[in-house]
Amino acid sequence: MKTERLIEALVADRRPRSRPVRRELAGALALGGLLSLALFLAEIGPRGDLAPALATWRFDLKLVLVATALAGAFALCLALARPLAARRPARSLLPLAALAAAAIVVELATTPSTSWTTRLIGSNALVCLTAVPVLALAPLAAALMALRVSAAPASPVLAGAAAGLLAATAGATLYAFHCFDDSPLFVVAWYVLAAIPVVALGAIAGHRLLRW
Amino acid sequence: MADSTDLSALMRRARQGDDEAYRRLLGHVSLWLRAVVRRGLVAAGRGPADGEDVVQEALLAMHLKRDTWDETQPIEPWLRAIARYKLVDHLRRRGFHDHLDIDDHAGSLASMGEADVGTAIDSQRLLAALPERQRRIVEEISIEGRRAAEVATRLGMSEGAVRVALHRALKALAAAYRREKP
Repeated sequence: MKTERLIEALVADRRPRSRPVRRELAGALALGGLLSLALFLAEIGPRGDLAPALATWRFDLKLVLVATALAGAFALCLALARPLAARRPARSLLPLAALAAAAIVVELATTPSTSWTTRLIGSNALVCLTAVPVLALAPLAAALMALRVSAAPASPVLAGAAAGLLAATAGATLYAFHCFDDSPLFVVAWYVLAAIPVVALGAIAGHRLLRW
Repeated sequence: MADSTDLSALMRRARQGDDEAYRRLLGHVSLWLRAVVRRGLVAAGRGPADGEDVVQEALLAMHLKRDTWDETQPIEPWLRAIARYKLVDHLRRRGFHDHLDIDDHAGSLASMGEADVGTAIDSQRLLAALPERQRRIVEEISIEGRRAAEVATRLGMSEGAVRVALHRALKALAAAYRREKP
């Protein structure tokens, strides 16, 4: 087929603009998040002392941490969704890194060193390592589908990994309401470990699904 | 850029429904792509024989993913990124894994290639593999130069159905290129 003829076919293929990646991804996150919320309420639910916990700064800080992670991962995902490689995509995660470092410093400064190990190991580590990835599955599937429709990533593997990170932060946000371990030491260590398999799954899926 | 043709403006007009602007944009881009692809293939130690297939694959990608261009940015880097992605993808499918930097070869978008419009071998074959109705619609519009409304009357379909089928055909063509092995 001659190229000038292909161009005629492309010109004839007029359709209204599709929704931008940001909207698609936000919609997918909401949908996947709702599915995971249903699973969360059916299986583990929020902790019993949610109201008093909300009055403690450690629990509130934990919520701020996961919310910052969610926002950072969302920005990272958008930065990696375009054909033009983002110049410094990891910058989206700088606020999270700074906040996490500050939280750890405050925790270490305000608690006796004998309690650090207990705070780090916590009481819920295995539940955390299971629940966060499971709660991330629906958001991951939805995010990958949204990117498949509307994105054209310079690197499908990196975009998939970012979708995995976004899904893991969504799962972590839900899980944070269940978990009794509020120490930043626990949150930073175990939530990060729990995110790794989701990021890896996203990268593998991205390699297959996000090529364009 | 030095060229008097403002490609970004053409794309903005195309987005507002100006078919002629879109046709001019794709024409300019295909000339530039032809030169870039040829140089890229030569740099990878391959002949320019399947160059026109890469050009068409990249044009299809630019068309299907045109909404990923951010209007507030110049369009040239976006075009270059898609050309690079498609060229690298094409070479990888043919077992070429070395680093290839087309920035060294891309030159300015103003430096246009030859004006003769080449023929892609693969697209003909991939087109033939489409479902009968989709292939017919693509051929009526591209080769016969008919309008969607006209094709709809000839095939006894609604114009909307013709447009949907055309869009599906183009997506299928792009997917067939991705799966394509030499």
